[in-house]
Amino acid sequence: MRKLTLAIAVIAPMLGQAASAEDTIKIGYIDPLSGGGASVGEGGLKTFQYLAEEMNAKGGILGKKIEIVGLDNKTNPQESLVQAQKAIDSGVRFITQGNGSSVAAALSDFVTKNNTRNPGKEVLYFNYAAVDPSLTNDKCSYWHFRWDAGSDIKMEALTNYMKDTPSIKKVYLINQDYSFGQSVRTDARKMLGAKRPDVQIVGDELHPLLKVTDFSPYIAKIKASGADSVVTGNWGQDIALLLKAAADAGLKVNWYTYYAGGAGGPTAIKQTGLDHQVFQITEGFANSGNQSAMDFEKVFRAKVGLSLWYPRAVNEMRMFKAAAEKANSIDPVKVAAALEDLKFEVLDGGQGVMRKDDHQFFQPIYISSFGKLAANEPFDEENTGWGWHLVSKVDTAQAMVSTTCKMARP
Amino acid sequence: MLELIVISTLNGVLFGMLLFLLSSGLTVIFSMMGVLNFAHASFYMLGAFFGFQLTKWIGFWPALVLAPLLVGAIGMAVERYGLRNTHKHGHVAELLLTFGLAFAIEEIVSMIWGKSPVDYRVPTLLDFPAFTIFSTNYPAYKLFMLAVSIVIFIALLIVLKRTRVGLIVQAALTHPHMVGHLGHNVGRVFMAVFGVGSALAGLAGVIAGPALVTQSDMAAALGPILFVVIVFGGLGSLPGAFIASLVIGLVQTFAVALDGSLASAFGPLDPSAGPSVLTDIWNVTIAQVAPIVPYLLLVIILIVRPMGLMGTRES
Repeated sequence: MRKLTLAIAVIAPMLGQAASAEDTIKIGYIDPLSGGGASVGEGGLKTFQYLAEEMNAKGGILGKKIEIVGLDNKTNPQESLVQAQKAIDSGVRFITQGNGSSVAAALSDFVTKNNTRNPGKEVLYFNYAAVDPSLTNDKCSYWHFRWDAGSDIKMEALTNYMKDTPSIKKVYLINQDYSFGQSVRTDARKMLGAKRPDVQIVGDELHPLLKVTDFSPYIAKIKASGADSVVTGNWGQDIALLLKAAADAGLKVNWYTYYAGGAGGPTAIKQTGLDHQVFQITEGFANSGNQSAMDFEKVFRAKVGLSLWYPRAVNEMRMFKAAAEKANSIDPVKVAAALEDLKFEVLDGGQGVMRKDDHQFFQPIYISSFGKLAANEPFDEENTGWGWHLVSKVDTAQAMVSTTCKMARP
Repeated sequence: MLELIVISTLNGVLFGMLLFLLSSGLTVIFSMMGVLNFAHASFYMLGAFFGFQLTKWIGFWPALVLAPLLVGAIGMAVERYGLRNTHKHGHVAELLLTFGLAFAIEEIVSMIWGKSPVDYRVPTLLDFPAFTIFSTNYPAYKLFMLAVSIVIFIALLIVLKRTRVGLIVQAALTHPHMVGHLGHNVGRVFMAVFGVGSALAGLAGVIAGPALVTQSDMAAALGPILFVVIVFGGLGSLPGAFIASLVIGLVQTFAVALDGSLASAFGPLDPSAGPSVLTDIWNVTIAQVAPIVPYLLLVIILIVRPMGLMGTRES
């Protein structure tokens, strides 16, 4: 009798686990949870966990619960592949990652190879923030889907705005030294050159990715160049510390950024005292004016204690659900097919589409500036009392760019 | 241009002095005990995290005094109960001990404070621009860091050159056995030196924490540079470490400040204008090379002058 009880005690939990594994959809979240990218990586993890909870409360996807598995890749492509393999071995069939296009390229390649070698055990890769254009052009993959606008799309919108700002005379480019940073600088040079040939590019800097702890030497150089505007694609601690050093040195320029809204950015901008002189380009922001997005933001902030940096994560998860329901299956192959050309009403309003040709999601894009809030703008950032204010909106149709992707379909 | 030079010099000297706070302890420990302390940068990190925690509890100024003392005490304990016991098994065992310690400290720190950066702020008393030079503000806190480093440097110099304690330490640097035979407790001297060296690293951590980033990989990021400094300056030489720290601080800062690439050195004959697989190499700027410059210096000095800048012996 005793032996039997013991056996039951040992086996019963195993059965329970096996049953629950059948009923959950595991999403492997592979992003930095340590080092220089950790501040944004942890924010992303909390965002996805919140979204999973929210969905589970409403019955999950096709009756199955969603579980986010956080895996630390230290912003390192090699480490990411180890983590991805670990995730796949533990039954993960959907991977999401965002920080670092170098990581994204490695993961996309890895997932593609994995799917060729293991038919019937395909894995999908949902990219929520790695914006190197090559991921949806020459390096495109059928198994990779991107919800963030590519760097070329963002730069197109940013330079369109800069074109109509005559006060810009001297521009300084500072970016991280890897594929994404390099694509920002080349796009900026090319597009500014075409749209505003009179603008002088007085500096073009590449610095090591997430390694610099004190940007004052760089700020001194920007200052000496006489620039009136800085364009940067920096993210994570690289944007927060850059702005912090600018605040310390009292650098007064306009900042055109991709990610000034990330962890530490708003605090540093407030410290610079640059009221509505720091711009960022996103697919949505807290004060966008869309009622349902603002309601979501309010609940999100109360529950998670963070601003919603990634409206695209919301779009990603909700579209995943929509695609799974459309295919009536959570088989990655069927979900992938259902995602193609799927139209979707995005969080901040307006329709987006996951283009079949390159698996890039096209959506409305917003340029916003950071500063004192107007009466109808309820959300500030990091308790600074300042928040994001709408400057310009680009509709989906205008945000479309062409692709060179020749997709290899299974 | 002048503005850039002045600001870069200030920044370079500041970074150099910070390196000196760290390398002074490391180099003295090395020449006395023959142990290259791999955990030295970890003491720097401990200093920063203790500083952060104590600042939260009792404020920055008490933390500035207490945190280094705490780190010094840990350093002494490591020497007394760790290194002294492994000493009889030779240098390799000691080296491995400090190597393991570095990993252990990093893990413990990330277990307690997490892996992402902690919010360690500059004290409000020093959070203002000290002066404005060519319309660029220089933060008061950086000036404070510079002042602390210089005071420590002078104090260290006086203790080592002008006091009896310094006499014994200096003697133990070159002739530890002789000092022992003369009746001094060399073990206690070792322990004290190890403690002071660790405390200095801790102090560097406390003051650098708010200006740089306080996170669990800060030791790993700074460690290699420290070895460059002490090898470059000459193992065991304090003046050497001082000069090397300043040189590396300035070189790194100016490398960032300078534009120009191999290609631009040729002026109108720019070789990158022609199509070539080497175009990328021609166009790499000095700023992009900045992070590897110290290691390049290390290699060159080892080839040209293996004992280092001011070193007197080869090992």
